Amino acid sequence: MMTAQRPAGTEVQAPQTAGRPVGWLLSLAGLVLVAFVLDVALGPVRIPLPTVVRLLLGHAGPDDTAAAFIVNQIRLPKALTALVVGMGLAVSGLQMQTLFRNPLAGPSVLGLTAGAGLGVALVMLAGGSAAGGFAVRQLGLSGSWALVLAATTGAGLVMLVVLVLSARVRDNVVMLIVGMMIASVTGAVVSLWQYFSAPEQIQEYLLWTFGALGGVTGPHLAVLGAVVLAGLGLAFASAKPLNALLLGENYARSMGLNVRASRTLIIASTSLLAGGITAFCGPIGFVGIAVPHLTRALLRTADHRVLLPGACLVGAALVLACDCLAQLPGSQTALPINVVTSLLGAPVVLWVVLRGRNIRSSYA
Amino acid sequence: MMAPAPTSLLLAEDLAVGYFLRRKNARVVAGPLHLALHPGELVCLLGPNGAGKSTLLRTLAGLQPPLAGRLEVGGVPLAALSAAERARQLSVVLTDRLDAATLTVQELVRLGRHPHTGWLGSLTAYDHAQVAAALAATGTTAFAARLVGELSDGERQKVMLARALAQDTPVVLLDEPTAHLDLPNRVALMRLLHRLARTTGKAILLSTHELDLALQAADRVWLLPATGALRTGTPEDLVLSGTFAAAFEREGLAFDSASGTFALHTPSGPAVQVVGEGAAAFWTRRALEREGFVPIAHPAPLRVTVPAGAQAPRWLVQLGDRPAQSHETIEALLRALPQLPKFEKPSVNATA
Repeated sequence: MMTAQRPAGTEVQAPQTAGRPVGWLLSLAGLVLVAFVLDVALGPVRIPLPTVVRLLLGHAGPDDTAAAFIVNQIRLPKALTALVVGMGLAVSGLQMQTLFRNPLAGPSVLGLTAGAGLGVALVMLAGGSAAGGFAVRQLGLSGSWALVLAATTGAGLVMLVVLVLSARVRDNVVMLIVGMMIASVTGAVVSLWQYFSAPEQIQEYLLWTFGALGGVTGPHLAVLGAVVLAGLGLAFASAKPLNALLLGENYARSMGLNVRASRTLIIASTSLLAGGITAFCGPIGFVGIAVPHLTRALLRTADHRVLLPGACLVGAALVLACDCLAQLPGSQTALPINVVTSLLGAPVVLWVVLRGRNIRSSYA
Repeated sequence: MMAPAPTSLLLAEDLAVGYFLRRKNARVVAGPLHLALHPGELVCLLGPNGAGKSTLLRTLAGLQPPLAGRLEVGGVPLAALSAAERARQLSVVLTDRLDAATLTVQELVRLGRHPHTGWLGSLTAYDHAQVAAALAATGTTAFAARLVGELSDGERQKVMLARALAQDTPVVLLDEPTAHLDLPNRVALMRLLHRLARTTGKAILLSTHELDLALQAADRVWLLPATGALRTGTPEDLVLSGTFAAAFEREGLAFDSASGTFALHTPSGPAVQVVGEGAAAFWTRRALEREGFVPIAHPAPLRVTVPAGAQAPRWLVQLGDRPAQSHETIEALLRALPQLPKFEKPSVNATA
């Protein structure tokens, strides 16, 4: 089993775990592909699966003009958004759970999405009071960057507060309560803002809070994609530090990790991912907390070099599947994505709590 | 106090350890300390709770800054080393709780290669060989595939030691590795550490409360009393010079340098001459002490002769020139003693 006899200098993969994760990752990628095609195929207007596949491969036939318009303008952007959102939220949750050594950490649970929401409210309501109410889909490119900046800053500030508190409080349950309090404080600030805002502005904000994958098209999608890509890049660069942090900060430091720099990198990545996604798609709950647990259970490893791509794929598949479910009623209106992720995610979190019995002593 | 040997892997002079409470407001826990660790040496850091053992270990490991003094690792000031360079000199086993339950033993030991791998953390064949060697040296190869969360306390401690060994550092520091272990596991771990120090040439420093084991296994003892005035030396020298007994006197413990143990009972009753030798005599004396008698070697009115050799075990009790009684067990002997004329059972004084 051991690989000591191999010639020196060659890269050797983990003996027992070599084939397993790669196989799993490949099948997960297949699953994501299927969910992606399905997500494009499903919708109020029925488009046959072969047509969808043909359109996705870029071979539009002469009769496909209507279908091509729907796919290219509506469904493909939405499916791409779902893909990006699933990857980003899953990875931000995974990083938070490792950094805080807390099984119930996630962007929504610890108040990051609430912080991002505060930033969004700031742009939508305050910015709107000068320029008239506007929503994400009416934003110009500079406006969307402003939204991302505000949401990321909001998420980052909450992350810093949580981090400072977590250094003082070692108890996971207390951390969750702190996250709830942060969420309710930012919620109160937003409510106050709404109280003094015009009704049409509030309506746009309320719609945003339901979460939507559909509103992000064209240049906005490019901005979202760039932000998530940057966040994922930072996360993948932190794979080794995240592994070292599995044993806690003292061990990580003793193994030569610059804990402060790594923590900054992880916070930046998490804030970018949670902030950027929340800015465009609203607060989408439970993906960030549930996907890392599903991924660990599936891949049976704690190695972030496997977990990070794994969480990307599981997150993407899950959000695409949730979006499919949101369409399934077949009616003209789709369910808000937040409703579906909560319906699917909450049981997973309950399963984690029940399985672990003692959430204080097992997070990975 | 002693000239530092040129080969010392770790060297501290006038070192003061403690905490910064607020800015520039330092609380010194122990110091000034003069310390040295040499290759192939197992050193036990002993001392009562609160003396600063963990603080000293954390400072030596570079996990917290020293308050004053010089601290060198491999001839270089510890503060001048980068985090990665330090991690190639010192590895630690801490008392920190281990939360990562879904980590396998092998994955955990591989983490020890962290300071030797590139930014991605991929292991080379050499790294894998080091991991395999660390698992083999600690006898943990058999459960390499098991999850850390499923290990017993003793197994987990060995795995954490394997992780430190995989880090491949000249100095290994362990903070109370024997805590929470049962006696066989404590003995096994100490034996393992002693053997590792000898076979690998590493300097191994551990803090422990296991005084008996430390006295047997340690090449040197660092004795840190509550006063913070550290004494070092071979365990035998410290015992014979009375330093060891003095360090624990404050805690109300009487150290018996003849047996190397802390006396549980301080008998004050009548003297009993114990005639005989070997294990039977030893355990008879122990039983008599527990009952409050003072066993002595020279003649006394009350005499107990212990069984010797292969003969059927018989304990003979004789008071003055009365006829001797014979008992088959120590239990029977102890029951009979208080019933002898002129002897009430002496009052037992056990120390707190």
